[in-house]
Amino acid sequence: MTAGAALARLRAVPPSVAIAALVALLLVLSAAGAPLLAPFDPTDIRTFNLADSEIPPLFAADGDPRFLLGTDNQGRDMLSAILYGARVSIAIGSAAVTTAMLIGVTLGLVAGYSGGRIDAAIMRVGDVILSFPTILLALLVAGLARALLPGADSARLAPFVLVGAIAVHDWVQYARTVRAATMVESAKDYVKAARVIGLPSARILLRHILPNVAGPVLVIATIHLAGAVLTEATLSFLGVGMPPTYPSLGTLIRIGNEFVFSGIWWIATLPALTLVILVLAVNVVGDWLRDRFNPKLRGRR
Amino acid sequence: MIAVLASRLVQGLLVMLTVTALAFLMFRFVGDPVQTMSREDATPQEKAELRASLGLDLPVPLQYARFVARVVQGDLGISYRNQRPVARLIAERLPATMELVLAATLLALAFGIPLGVLAALRPDGVVARSVQALSLIGISTPTFVTGIALILVFAVGLKLVPSFGRGEVVALGWWSTGYLTASGLKSLVLPAITLSLFQLTLIMRLVRSEMIDVLSTDYIRFARARGLPRAYVHYRLALRNALMPVITVTGLQIGQLIAFAIVTETVFQWPGMGLLFIQAVGFSDIPVMSAYLLFVGALFVALNTLVDLVYVLVDPRLRTSLA
Repeated sequence: MTAGAALARLRAVPPSVAIAALVALLLVLSAAGAPLLAPFDPTDIRTFNLADSEIPPLFAADGDPRFLLGTDNQGRDMLSAILYGARVSIAIGSAAVTTAMLIGVTLGLVAGYSGGRIDAAIMRVGDVILSFPTILLALLVAGLARALLPGADSARLAPFVLVGAIAVHDWVQYARTVRAATMVESAKDYVKAARVIGLPSARILLRHILPNVAGPVLVIATIHLAGAVLTEATLSFLGVGMPPTYPSLGTLIRIGNEFVFSGIWWIATLPALTLVILVLAVNVVGDWLRDRFNPKLRGRR
Repeated sequence: MIAVLASRLVQGLLVMLTVTALAFLMFRFVGDPVQTMSREDATPQEKAELRASLGLDLPVPLQYARFVARVVQGDLGISYRNQRPVARLIAERLPATMELVLAATLLALAFGIPLGVLAALRPDGVVARSVQALSLIGISTPTFVTGIALILVFAVGLKLVPSFGRGEVVALGWWSTGYLTASGLKSLVLPAITLSLFQLTLIMRLVRSEMIDVLSTDYIRFARARGLPRAYVHYRLALRNALMPVITVTGLQIGQLIAFAIVTETVFQWPGMGLLFIQAVGFSDIPVMSAYLLFVGALFVALNTLVDLVYVLVDPRLRTSLA
């Protein structure tokens, strides 16, 4: 694509999508730069001071200029907690999407290319998994991990458990899409030619078929990112995700939820607002990408 | 159609088989029930007795066979946490979840269908545009955030409705209902709205896209050209056909709703199966977890099959191909 064509494409982006993309980018960047941007380290208990607890945000009455968005029940700076929390949420969401994508694309390629029993086995497993809602399966995986692994709820292991819990459901859609596309591509002449000249299957799959089925995969990944961040937040909110010592946005909302009744609204509301804005921005971009680059997927959801 | 039903049944059996195997594996290999159930200072002999009384000393395949036999008879084991039969615990919690899910489904249908129709009839109108924008916000807001927001506004702020629990219930045989008391109905409002929003969005989008499809078909254009009344064309001819997929989705979504009820029930401390399950997850109460899994699995299979049957009843074309 020439530079001119790229510019023309950019101009075709509706303003709402451009704003959403900008917001998403801004959130991701500030979350990634949390250690540089945040005034405090919310994971370091020594920086908390109980005397500073439950201070409202600056824009409300009785705010404290040291704490722009107020503090939580332990005197933790909310702005820092939200920045770090968004970092954890985005990192786990992206890791879950990547894991699901790698598993799904691999199994989809194998199923579509080899066909027969391998194909049937992979797809039946997928059918069974899809007959359960994401959140139920994720809760089961998280619950089992807690029972099996000591310290599964620790800050070190919990992210891996969460990634597994989300990816166990999400790979199926990649596998289905890639399988269908692989079957179509496999029947084409260039693949037949590659086979005739004796290229190994792995090379045919990775170098010849994969680039031709990658488009829809990236669209699904964007839409799944929003879902993965939501699932992580839900698990953390339910108490089977990130521990309070290393909170994600969901954990912060869980902590704040206990104080909602006493009128201390900011501990739950501010992380919740961040979460909704993040997911909404990603969803807007994802929806647009789906309609723009993959008319086949339009309206199927 | 018979082929579809048969394949549905086969898939349903497959799901149930997987679910029982998973439930059994959880039961048998996750955590040590003896460790969980016995006192801390129990002697090895006491532990061995407990192990034998639970049947944990038998060979694994035999344990699986016994497990399936017991499940089929409705015996789901004993909760580690409160030492009561799991089947009874679930039976106690079932009415609360079902009444919540029913209320949420009715709400979603009552609002989702008219909004979807409106959005389809005037695709560029204010309603359609705001509905589209709202539904995007709807799918981006997690259930628990909606719940907390509703609690903040209507329970803490305006003090209109209670924020947790089920209110007073009336026992009808083994079923306890909150539909018959004022406090029960008031308590139902916020959880039901929270749970319905996701489904409402889905139904709205579905009705809208189906209506748009149907409205552009030849028979609708012909009916319009013939000068039939607008209301007749829109509601009797178009909507009826647009509602077909809504049946499927609503039916299938009831399963999803029961799973999503876990979150809603946690936010509102609603004493249903979801709350039972999440407490079991926190305590590694494997019998309750596996029983819940079995129950939801069976429900999913039943709903899937039921939806297919309803489809045959509603769509005359499928009926003739059956005859």
